[in-house]
Amino acid sequence: MLEIKNLHAGIEGNEILKGIDLKVNAGEVHAIMGPNGSGKSTLAQVLAGREEYEVKEGKVIYNGKNLLDLAPEDRAREGVFLAFQYPVEIPGVSNTNLLKTALNEIRKYHGEEELDTIEFLSLIKEKMNLVELDQKFLSRSVNEGFSGGEKKRNEIFQMAVLQPKLAILDETDSGLDIDALKIVANGVNKLRSKDNATIVVTHYQRLLNYIVPDFVHVLYNGKIVKSGGKELALELEAKGYDWIKNGKEELVNQ
Amino acid sequence: MSSTEVSKIEELANKEYKYGFVSEIEADSLPNGLNEDIIRQLSAKKNEPEFMLEWRLKSYRHWLTMKEPHWANVQYTPVDYQAISYYSAPKKKPTLKSLDEVDPELLEVYNKLGISLDEQKRLTGVAVDAVFDSVSVATTFKDKLNELGIIFCSFSEAVQNHPELVKKYLGSVVPYTDNFYATLNSAVFSDGSFAYIPKGVRCPMELSTYFRINAANTGQFERTLIVADEGSYVSYLEGCTAPIRDENQLHAAVVELIALDNAQIKYSTVQNWYPGDKDGKGGIYNFVTKRGACRGVNSKISWTQVETGSAITWKYPSCILQGDNSVGEFYSVAMTNNRQQADTGTKMIHLGKNTKSTIISKGISAGKSQNSYRGLVRIAKKAENARNFSQCDSLLLGDKCGAHTFPYLEINNPGAKVEHEATTSKIGEDQIFYLNQRGISTEDAIGLIVNGYCKEVLAELPMEFAVEATKLLSVSLEGSVG
Repeated sequence: MLEIKNLHAGIEGNEILKGIDLKVNAGEVHAIMGPNGSGKSTLAQVLAGREEYEVKEGKVIYNGKNLLDLAPEDRAREGVFLAFQYPVEIPGVSNTNLLKTALNEIRKYHGEEELDTIEFLSLIKEKMNLVELDQKFLSRSVNEGFSGGEKKRNEIFQMAVLQPKLAILDETDSGLDIDALKIVANGVNKLRSKDNATIVVTHYQRLLNYIVPDFVHVLYNGKIVKSGGKELALELEAKGYDWIKNGKEELVNQ
Repeated sequence: MSSTEVSKIEELANKEYKYGFVSEIEADSLPNGLNEDIIRQLSAKKNEPEFMLEWRLKSYRHWLTMKEPHWANVQYTPVDYQAISYYSAPKKKPTLKSLDEVDPELLEVYNKLGISLDEQKRLTGVAVDAVFDSVSVATTFKDKLNELGIIFCSFSEAVQNHPELVKKYLGSVVPYTDNFYATLNSAVFSDGSFAYIPKGVRCPMELSTYFRINAANTGQFERTLIVADEGSYVSYLEGCTAPIRDENQLHAAVVELIALDNAQIKYSTVQNWYPGDKDGKGGIYNFVTKRGACRGVNSKISWTQVETGSAITWKYPSCILQGDNSVGEFYSVAMTNNRQQADTGTKMIHLGKNTKSTIISKGISAGKSQNSYRGLVRIAKKAENARNFSQCDSLLLGDKCGAHTFPYLEINNPGAKVEHEATTSKIGEDQIFYLNQRGISTEDAIGLIVNGYCKEVLAELPMEFAVEATKLLSVSLEGSVG
């Protein structure tokens, strides 16, 4: 589904990603871990198409298409979804309005009929239960005055409605208490299927107790320095990132 | 749609209207220029009673003593008042057989605005078929209004058929001495609308439906007078979201509203006159005086405006709160793009006790435009317990435009409670990216953000108007980013 080859990218002349290689197949969940400043969020933003980041080198093939050639909205319409680390507030625009516009844009792109209000409302009611959101939430302005937990749940709710093929969760666990974390993870798990893939970007292993990954990659200084199964996350948790930092050279060659 | 495509549409549409105005008989026009003789001829052509002519002459003589004001935050080439013809009989546009003959790009704009097919036909001068004959629809409305004793007609008809009402109320809110443009209008106004709602009557329809079907070329000096008698209610809609073009550059209209005891007037405007091209060439100067008098106790006047058109907009729909417990409201969205300039706001004059006013102003500037809010809240000495709340927000798109706020407060009663809030913000790149990431294009994202920003004002518009206005805001911003 997704193949990243030798990706170099940065911002304002600073190279942050220094040659990323990653392959994600449909049905898989990949966790990307790493210390602060290793380039995790940059990778997420570059995949989503944030313009501030400049791609210097490399390729990203997504379902046979060159992802980097697509505008951000077209990437979204092709099924790439980014759950933001810091969801943005949009005053005066209701959650319902945003979701209806987004969903219909995506449907139009695929030559499907737009949903009418009744069809749309029944769809979102069903999806709301997934992340245990209250009905009155729908008429509120996007992320305005939301608590940290509500914002993150809202991201997963949007993901549930838009049904992406490739979901990238950027530090979705940050700022969540354990109950909210369970709700969010539960939502993500229910959306897993053999046809879609998830990339979970996280600093802590905690989230991976609930969203169990098939693969874990350790990102350090702009490169993936170690990959493994879910047990790698536990090992990291036990040994700390210093383990990676200190033994970087040998890890790279493994 | 790119900005070049937009201006191409403007260009084509412009051509269309020019064509429409050329062919007709010039015989029934007065020569250019303004003097007493011209005013006498104008009044005679309209077969006006003596009092009207006197009023026009009085206004003209006063106008001669006045100087054109220049305090607004706008710049423009001076108007040559002697180069204008102050009377020409309505000219007919050539009638087309079907919408197929209309420029398809113009139709695309209409479709984007969600304007119905019948209205598209009317706007483009296509003959309407017998089944949906606008005249018969209008007659149906008129019958219904008649039953209730509501008078709703052109200003000229009102002068002929209800001279006592015109005489009583004309100039009672905006006196003929008021300001340069209002005084000029008083001398030479061509036509406009008149409405009278009798005691205790609630007008059962938005006075738009009728108006929009009948919308005639009311010309550059339009005059509107609306009187709501005791305990009555009326909602009046002016304008149209469809782009409107006119050969006259200067538009100096006057609107007077009068609300007697316990009466309510809700006046909504959507203004989309031709704003000129990208470099600011052409475009209409919209210098309007709009004022309402809450003359009776517990009366209420509410102005809602969505201003997207005109090269220059200069207007301050105001309320004079004379009656005790009367309420004035002003809800405004003013959007400027390219080289447009807007200096708009309101005046709330509190005279009576327990009077209350609310001002919500949302300015949006894009391109190289300048957008100013100018507002006055005056609390008179005797206005016990007066209250005002003002909120003036500015939204900037890009870094070549300007937003300015000029709030004036004159408080002469220590018991008054006046609150003013102002914010200036920019549409954030992160907001746009967030919406992009949900599959929404940048243009649609800006439309969504802007409409969200204007929500409080748009909510005040009557439903059908609100839907069109929402689309209008997005269409007006096309080409402002990228």
